[in-house]
Amino acid sequence: MEKKIKGKVWKFGDDIDTDIIIPGRYLVLTDEKELAEHVMEGLGSEFSRNVQKGDIILAGKNFGCGSSREHAPIAIKGAGISAVVAESFARIFYRNAINVGLTLLESKNISKKVSQGDEIKINIERGVLTDLNTGEEFEVKNLPEFMLDILNKGGLIPYLNEKLEKD
Amino acid sequence: MAMTMAEKILAKASAKKSIEAGEIVMANINVAMTHDLTGPLSVESFKKIGVKKVWDPEKIVVIFDHQVPADSIEAAQNHIIMREFVKKQGINNFYDVNEGVCHQVLPEKGHILPGEVVVGTDSHTCTHGALGAFATGIGSTDMAMVFATGKLWFKVPETIKFQIEGSLNDYVSAKDVILNIIGKIGADGATYKACEFSGETTKEMSISERMVLCNMAIEMGGKTGLVEPDDKTIKYLEGCSNKKYEIMKTDDDAKSLQTMQIDVSNLEPQIACPNHVDNVKSISEVEGINVDQVFLGSCTNGRLEDLRTAAQIIKGQHIAKNVRMLVIPASREIYTKAMDEGLLKIFVDSGALICNPCCGPCLGGHVGLLGAGEVSLSTSNRNFKGRQGSPDAEVYLSSAAVAAASAIKGSLMDPRDNK
Ligand code: SF4
Repeated sequence: MEKKIKGKVWKFGDDIDTDIIIPGRYLVLTDEKELAEHVMEGLGSEFSRNVQKGDIILAGKNFGCGSSREHAPIAIKGAGISAVVAESFARIFYRNAINVGLTLLESKNISKKVSQGDEIKINIERGVLTDLNTGEEFEVKNLPEFMLDILNKGGLIPYLNEKLEKD
Repeated sequence: MAMTMAEKILAKASAKKSIEAGEIVMANINVAMTHDLTGPLSVESFKKIGVKKVWDPEKIVVIFDHQVPADSIEAAQNHIIMREFVKKQGINNFYDVNEGVCHQVLPEKGHILPGEVVVGTDSHTCTHGALGAFATGIGSTDMAMVFATGKLWFKVPETIKFQIEGSLNDYVSAKDVILNIIGKIGADGATYKACEFSGETTKEMSISERMVLCNMAIEMGGKTGLVEPDDKTIKYLEGCSNKKYEIMKTDDDAKSLQTMQIDVSNLEPQIACPNHVDNVKSISEVEGINVDQVFLGSCTNGRLEDLRTAAQIIKGQHIAKNVRMLVIPASREIYTKAMDEGLLKIFVDSGALICNPCCGPCLGGHVGLLGAGEVSLSTSNRNFKGRQGSPDAEVYLSSAAVAAASAIKGSLMDPRDNK
């Protein structure tokens, strides 16, 4: 996992559910790139066409609510998103994202203060997010150590591979 | 130490005397369920771990319910992947395209027992807490870890106890109660929490109704739904399992327990309006809105009681001209009983369509999808944008009684007015 992330912001609202992130009819797909072609299609297809590698999703509360489909974080990761910053995350999405190696960060009230298209940089170790357009700084909550460990290994599978080898 | 039911179950599963909310524990899994839609990813992840054999084939249940029978080549291909996995791993608990929806078939076939830990690659796995299990939805990679090791980590949740009191009006049911609660506390009102349902009203409810409450715990962010087992639970289990189990109950003085009082004595039928489950209104506020499709089914309200209630309302009447109605019994067992009781005939005579037991249009991946501008009234649990087809369609959620009355009227209708 990168300790420092920089990218352009794509803004979303509250309660972005996994049906929006990847609609049910695409769950027959398992390939990250194919899923990425339909990411956020629940809101129209503009996002998947225009998203650039390294961009950052910034959303309100309860991001990723709904179905347990792991296709959702995979599609986001497949689209090249470097991190999702939200005010809060739904539980299953949170686990799934960490497990597939997608960086998630929580920051209070962030969605009202950063604008669509802003460049932001995040220093994960220091827990600071900076809006490069306004110069404003925000605190981001650090992940529990156990999850950082999984993210640093690139997800649950590489983490387990290493653990099972050791045992 | 005083503990909640959720804490007691997780303590036992992780071989500890006592645990506290917030702790991370490694728990042994009793039942691991996966289905046709999230199964292939789980199998793919499992292969990447490099372990050849699953930890215990007897504890794994594989079921096809989301796209059955296969409606596309991709779906058929996914079924093949899962059938091969089942064969290679010697998994006997396998239900092919003919059995029904996972959250109905698992309890029916005796896979769910009180005091056990159940995980499934489906967010509504929380349904099984209605029998006093700790049951929760997980992703495919988590499932791969379970397949390989039989264990999974959990952050022990705090518990919100919903103390539900008051007797329900006619044609007001568990669905109205849970929609009302979600409307009050919001789609993230119970995030990460175990949602325990108790009080006189819950005690009065049948196991099917308790399943409705627990099923929708996830719609307020809950990690699991739970109901303390009682005589009804024991009786239900006698009918489907002869395995031993342990009943655990929440201590009133448990530290991580928060209680919320809910009075349902004057509750009207409730409707979740587009496009959020917590956008809940009373039927009187939305009566008269036209519907194109009515869907009676799903792991929330596709049970025998729901079909009985709906048939009682519909009997001898025809559904409105502008409406198509899909009736999908949640399992083969329910389908058979509904046939024996003559319910299916009532539906067919009224102009409704009966489909094979499956998820149906609930997730917009299989039969009965909606086109742009169409309105659906559904007894399922989610009405997110695009959930049942076009992102420009609208989905309202209700009980079986409201669905039946509205199908006859052609618009949202209070079942108590259907005289
Ligand atoms: S009926 Fe709907 S909510 Fe239930 S398991 Fe099937 S798709 Fe999921």
